[in-house]
Amino acid sequence: MSTPATTIFSPETAARFDRLVTLYPVRRSALIPMLLYAQDEVGYISDEVVKEVAQRIGITELDVRNVLSYYSMLRTKPAGKYNIQVCTNISCMLRGGYEILEHCKQRLGIGHKEVTPDGQFSLEEVECIGACCWAPAIQVNYDFYDELTPEKMDAVLEEYKTGRGKETR
Amino acid sequence: MADVTFTVDGKKLTAPAGTLLIDACKAVGIEIPAFCYYPGLSLQAACRMCVVRIEKMPKLQTACTTTVAEGMVVQTETDEIKQARKATIELLLGNHPLDCPVCDAGGECELQDMTFKYGAAESKYVEIKQHREEQQWSPVVFFDRPRCILCYRCVRVCGEGMDVWALGIQNRGVSAVIAPNGQDHLECEECGMCIDICPVGALTSGTYRYKTRPWEMTHVATICTHCGDGCKTTLGTRRSNDGMEIVRGDNRDKSGINGDFLCIKGRYAFDFANRTERLTKPLVRQADGQFKEASWSEAIDFAAKRLREIRESKGGQAIGVIGSNRTTNEENYLLQKFARTVLGTNNIDHHRTVDYVSFAAALAGKSERTASLRDTANAPAILLLGNDPTEQHPALAWNLRSNVRLNRARIYIANHAEIKLRRQAKQFLEIPKDGYASLVQYLAGNDSVVAANEQTAAFRDAIRKEESLLIIFGSEFRGRDIQALVEFGLSLPNTKFVLLGDYANSRGAADMGLLPDTLPGYVPVASAAHFADEYGAVLPQNAGLDLLQMFDAAQSGNLAALYVVGSNPVTRYGVDPAVLKNTFVIVQDMFLTETAQLADVVFPAANLYEKAGTVTNTYGDIQLVKKAADKAGVRSDFELIVRLADRMGADLKKLVPFGRGVRADMGQTRGAQSGEADRHSVWLAAHGLEPKLSPFDPFATLDEIQRLVPSYSFSRLELLAGSDQHAKSELVQISAAPARRDLVLPSQDTLFTSGTLGRYSDKLKEVLDSHTTPKPVEAAAD
Ligand code: SF4
Ligand code: SF4
Ligand code: SF4
Ligand code: FES
Ligand code: FES
Repeated sequence: MSTPATTIFSPETAARFDRLVTLYPVRRSALIPMLLYAQDEVGYISDEVVKEVAQRIGITELDVRNVLSYYSMLRTKPAGKYNIQVCTNISCMLRGGYEILEHCKQRLGIGHKEVTPDGQFSLEEVECIGACCWAPAIQVNYDFYDELTPEKMDAVLEEYKTGRGKETR
Repeated sequence: MADVTFTVDGKKLTAPAGTLLIDACKAVGIEIPAFCYYPGLSLQAACRMCVVRIEKMPKLQTACTTTVAEGMVVQTETDEIKQARKATIELLLGNHPLDCPVCDAGGECELQDMTFKYGAAESKYVEIKQHREEQQWSPVVFFDRPRCILCYRCVRVCGEGMDVWALGIQNRGVSAVIAPNGQDHLECEECGMCIDICPVGALTSGTYRYKTRPWEMTHVATICTHCGDGCKTTLGTRRSNDGMEIVRGDNRDKSGINGDFLCIKGRYAFDFANRTERLTKPLVRQADGQFKEASWSEAIDFAAKRLREIRESKGGQAIGVIGSNRTTNEENYLLQKFARTVLGTNNIDHHRTVDYVSFAAALAGKSERTASLRDTANAPAILLLGNDPTEQHPALAWNLRSNVRLNRARIYIANHAEIKLRRQAKQFLEIPKDGYASLVQYLAGNDSVVAANEQTAAFRDAIRKEESLLIIFGSEFRGRDIQALVEFGLSLPNTKFVLLGDYANSRGAADMGLLPDTLPGYVPVASAAHFADEYGAVLPQNAGLDLLQMFDAAQSGNLAALYVVGSNPVTRYGVDPAVLKNTFVIVQDMFLTETAQLADVVFPAANLYEKAGTVTNTYGDIQLVKKAADKAGVRSDFELIVRLADRMGADLKKLVPFGRGVRADMGQTRGAQSGEADRHSVWLAAHGLEPKLSPFDPFATLDEIQRLVPSYSFSRLELLAGSDQHAKSELVQISAAPARRDLVLPSQDTLFTSGTLGRYSDKLKEVLDSHTTPKPVEAAAD
């Protein structure tokens, strides 16, 4: 339970973590936000992230991994620069979510949880992302695209290919 | 809490408010099935097997989390409940491989029992079972994922019980899996508690897995031969080519002073007994300096003849005897009697791991001042000075942790190292290695002896405010320091003491007089009157040589013979082999230890698991040792002493008060083919009878001990029934301690070592190696 002497995080994130652990009645409540911020900065939850987060909170690395493995939005391997999350949960499924997923697989040449060789894109099939009213929907990093058709999907991909997309890292 | 009255299955029951329904039912014999519930651990409510119908409550309720309430009406076994449980089992079996015919747990598996009871072996599920390969997590822990029912018992016992927190749970839903802290391996204390507590065969042990089936073993509950805590361990044995082989150690009936606990040594370090290089034939050194195998009568004759010659020509003072920390009380008693009456010497000692003599002297005449191991689990306040129980007294450490967790006990620790138990301590004081005596002075009110500060003051205040205190201390205290500590303790209102010695019967060795200056019960050798009367012999009056003096005497040519029983002083005390070159050395041991290698005669001896008798743990709890294993070609130390005495011309009836005229062999002299005779003794024991018909019967000697050593005047019936008896310190007849030479040599054992004996355990060695050369972390286990 300490602030490490050397940190793998940027000064801003490190400062944010210093504050986070003081916000809750128990320190370990800061675990999930910390992991999410760490993922945004590092790109995934690396062993080094696990180690430092455990140390900052004062829990074991095993504790961190227990939680980390529970949540599907936390990943332990690098994703592409643009992580495409296609919802196939019920509303999206009814309105063509699987077609969008298939389409993405074709276009990118990768499957679920895979990354393109150039590291630009990664693809994920996810559960409801809370955009049911505008199904089918996807999320690219933190940006939403909805009421998609294969054609609209192509346009989105094109945008990112030309480098317009917002990166999380 | 106040009692409440409620109805279960039509029966009116009463229990204190706050009692869990499942416990209240169990207390009156109504069994509610449970996988995840385990008494003493936190509630999990993960399995839903314990569901019951409670009137006025919607849906079925879990009995493991429901507390009883006034007027509650409960049904525990209706069609609805049966259906619910059956469905639960069906779900549990969804991924379960149903490999009971090869599973270690088959025959003692809670899931198997429940599946039989509720008949859910057929499943509606057609999905393919998720399979994962078995994984080895450590030398002792294997994990078979598909068998796991995710009850979290292992996770909780490792975390809450052991304070190791090596097991966790990863992923979720149908992919959820128990995971070790090292990703693909365990970094832990290797206690095996997780294996023991697993209701199914998901966690299995490296020593036992796929070896045999539970019903093919004979299960004998006896006392662990390792540390001074004296846990009851149940040895599962099986007939082998040369006797009875131990295949498993566990804590089967949990009826011992250790409750739920066993550490790695009590559970897995029995394997020394099965080693191939065990001695099974007596060895006699020839003129050419080589050992040659000899028959028993040749070897015993030879040793006895030499001892007799030496006694006759040089007198008893030219003979030394070194006893063991792991032989029974009866053997220790007999050994000192043999030394004093047959060899005519007080030159007898053993490897002293703590100063029991000063402790006995400090408490002489005080009654009810020593605590049992059991007391450490419920004493409200404990002061722990020195020692590191996690390493050296694992059962005590378990009790202290449980006591804090379950009873909010207050533990005060002063130590020169940051021992792990400080995590449970209310206050922890780090002191210099040589600061224990000054700390006691400080606690007693002398402010000038330590650099007092707020922390030390708070420590002292807290201790002095306690109304009842259990003081537990280690070998850091000796002689006058013990006296001072006890005096300080007695100045507080309600104090009990524990001195932590190292081995299974270290306390018994001291109690039974394996000392040059005291007889059994710490009676000084100079006032041996009633022993002399009983023994019908003149006893040597002057204190004999202690262990170090014996080797000095050997060096200066004044020790013509040395008789070593179950001890390896040559290594322990770093004795130069040349010292013994003119001494006739007899050694009784399991292996050709460094000491045995220097001997002239070596007798292959049985170990504690291969004999009967009693041992006394460091707390003074006297317990029954039962013969579990057997090995052709070895003899118990008791038998060997008697036979040696016999060939030296001693009157056996005087040495061992057996028989009174009747002669029969009830199996005590048995060899490998003795099933029949052993069954006779089992039958006799089951009927509360003790055959004392042969001079090899240790219980005849126990009679004598109980006659002559007042602190051992416990109930024989209770002992035979398997309960521990506490030695009565007030009946120790020691006089105030004169200054004694400090001969204490703490063994410095860790969780994974156990003196010379530990070196002969392959499992301990494997674990030690795996802990010193850590595996590189590879990919995640799952
Ligand atoms: S062997 Fe003991 S310390 Fe190791 S994981 Fe199992 S319970 Fe925990
Ligand atoms: S390994 Fe055994 S004790 Fe642990 S959760 Fe699985 S079934 Fe329960
Ligand atoms: S705590 Fe001591 S007595 Fe108990 S099992 Fe371990 S070594 Fe044996
Ligand atoms: S189902 Fe796809 S966003 Fe809710
Ligand atoms: S025993 Fe009650 S839910 Fe498992």
